[in-house]
Amino acid sequence: MSAKNHCNCARVDEEDLYPKLEEMIAQHKGKPTELIMALHKAQNLFGYLPKKAQELISERLNVPISTVCGVISFYSFFSTVPKGRHTVKVCLGTACYVRGGQQTLKKVEKELNTKVGSTTEDRRYSVDIVRCIGACGLAPAVLVDKDVYGRVKSTKLMDILGKYE
Amino acid sequence: MNIVRNHVLISIDAGTLMSGARAVEDALVKEIVKQGLDKEVSVLETGSIGITGRGVILVVYPEGIYYADVTPDDVPELVEEHLLKGRPLTRLILTETPKRTIITKEKTGLLKEQPRIVLKNCGFIDPENIDEYIAAGGYEGIAKVLQTMTSEDVVAEIKSSGLLGRGGAGFPTGMKWDFAIKTPGDEKFVICNADEGEPGTFKDRLILEGDPHKLIEGMLIAGYAIHGTRGFVYIRGEYSLSIERIEKAILDARAYGLLGKNILESNFSFDIVVMKGAGAYVCGEETALIESLEGKRGHPRNKPPFPINAGLWGKPTLVNNVETLANISEIIRNGAEWYKGYGTEKCSGTKVFTILGHVATPGLVETEMGTTLKDIIFEYGGGIKNGKTFKGALVGGAAGAFLGPDMLNVKMDFVNLKEYSAALGSGAILVMNEDTDMVDMLKSVLHFFKHESCGHCVPCRLGTARLVELIDDIAASKAKKEDIDQLLEITRVMKDSSFCPLGQSVTLPVSSALKYFKNEFMSRVTS
Repeated sequence: MSAKNHCNCARVDEEDLYPKLEEMIAQHKGKPTELIMALHKAQNLFGYLPKKAQELISERLNVPISTVCGVISFYSFFSTVPKGRHTVKVCLGTACYVRGGQQTLKKVEKELNTKVGSTTEDRRYSVDIVRCIGACGLAPAVLVDKDVYGRVKSTKLMDILGKYE
Repeated sequence: MNIVRNHVLISIDAGTLMSGARAVEDALVKEIVKQGLDKEVSVLETGSIGITGRGVILVVYPEGIYYADVTPDDVPELVEEHLLKGRPLTRLILTETPKRTIITKEKTGLLKEQPRIVLKNCGFIDPENIDEYIAAGGYEGIAKVLQTMTSEDVVAEIKSSGLLGRGGAGFPTGMKWDFAIKTPGDEKFVICNADEGEPGTFKDRLILEGDPHKLIEGMLIAGYAIHGTRGFVYIRGEYSLSIERIEKAILDARAYGLLGKNILESNFSFDIVVMKGAGAYVCGEETALIESLEGKRGHPRNKPPFPINAGLWGKPTLVNNVETLANISEIIRNGAEWYKGYGTEKCSGTKVFTILGHVATPGLVETEMGTTLKDIIFEYGGGIKNGKTFKGALVGGAAGAFLGPDMLNVKMDFVNLKEYSAALGSGAILVMNEDTDMVDMLKSVLHFFKHESCGHCVPCRLGTARLVELIDDIAASKAKKEDIDQLLEITRVMKDSSFCPLGQSVTLPVSSALKYFKNEFMSRVTS
């Protein structure tokens, strides 16, 4: 593997993950049709899809890098910029919209001082919107990592987010 | 073996998990041990029982009593009163939903019992335990098929049942299977479309969470019928619990010899793989879904050729929705005639609806095809919340149609709704009360379409962008009267010229909103 960059701790961690990625995508080697599965794994590992990981996947799966980029940009699930340790996704499906999802989103943006699609400076939270997650009975809903919170009132919001270090 | 006196079912699904179902379960198990009841009372996890928005739900059998909004603090009292002393805790009993699906008829004197075919096991069995599915008659369908029926028999049975595909379009399932069986090919695939993305729809999620084996059995029977070799479940990446449960179900089925080579010692071999989607509404369209399965951008393909002729990797491919496949085993076990006993003449069986918005009890309901909108909202959904009046409903998700108050008596089935230029679609019913701003509603729908347009064809890519500009202006009272005509004109063009159903269907919400609520739009524009 390439030399580690000792100036930047975050990067060192990332470099260390590549052998693991190799291992994880070994089963998809030479199988272009399994690109999305490989990307899911890489994104799980890194929290986003760094260029180097894209290149590795492109090479191992035998898919041109242009195609890899095309697929990544098509699906809202994938990201090429580093994400925070936690992803806050506000549902703006029709039911949540009616019950004030938009206001919830504004509140999140204001409290965390960031915008949709961005990450807070301390890389603690990333904020995103999500299409209907089927929690309509509990609208408006917010998804933090894998946990769904329903009937999120703005007062409750910061208590929820505070739980995620 | 212990003789258990009481069974406590706790619903573990995405909705109850967020209300703290795990904490309640832990408290319950601890309290039962503490009271020395652990040999007499069992706690069982189950899928959703169809009530949402009421927190953690417990059901105590044999009494069949439903408790809602249970918190860990309630548990000691509940255990002591009900399980120890045998006095149901009235404070927490779910009462205001007397005609909903799951409340036993003995308890409430139901006027109308809801037939359950698809959701038969949801909320009654542990979805993570294959033995419970088998005990409930599961996998009898595939056994019957393998031992007594030819592929042609199976297709004939499904055809005669009149089952229409539940994904939204309502295409006859039997006919699709018939095409598949007649298409030559050494390798054929069965895809289960579980990329549920229509706003307001979560029926597939609850089937996957509540009864994953039913889906596997449906896919097995479909595989046998069309001489399929492999199955794929294409499921939304956001549905973590569904993915977990279907993956476990596949492993268990494989361990029991119900998936893999020579199933139940027959010559039939079939296996299923789960594939996670990555967040694209358009992938619910079958050819876009196939592209995505092949690891590409989810752009829809030209039709024809239809997937049934050339689908995944160019091979004949059958794509069916989760709910469609969940009907199959019951039709096979009970026969087409039995199935036709439900629903209407042209549209047999039941439909799973999701009721949400301004209703008293949002949730999931399975009812016969042809039930009126009024019955669904007022009988099953408990009416409009806080005593307000009904203004309209958006039926079928974003790609569905708005219905006004004069449509309350419309019969909800695929064939009938088409006559009113509406669509049953995914079965989502978003109810709106008198205070709802219809312009704002349409705005949210159009923003959704703009966001999800995949960009492949011009009419949809530019059309959705223009529609959003127009509706934003109308909502901000900055538009002219002509802009409303323009709105309709654009959707008409999109309907005629868009490449796939995404762009074609935008006309439904726009034209229906203008049909029933034109005044509201007119009051926002200057002439």
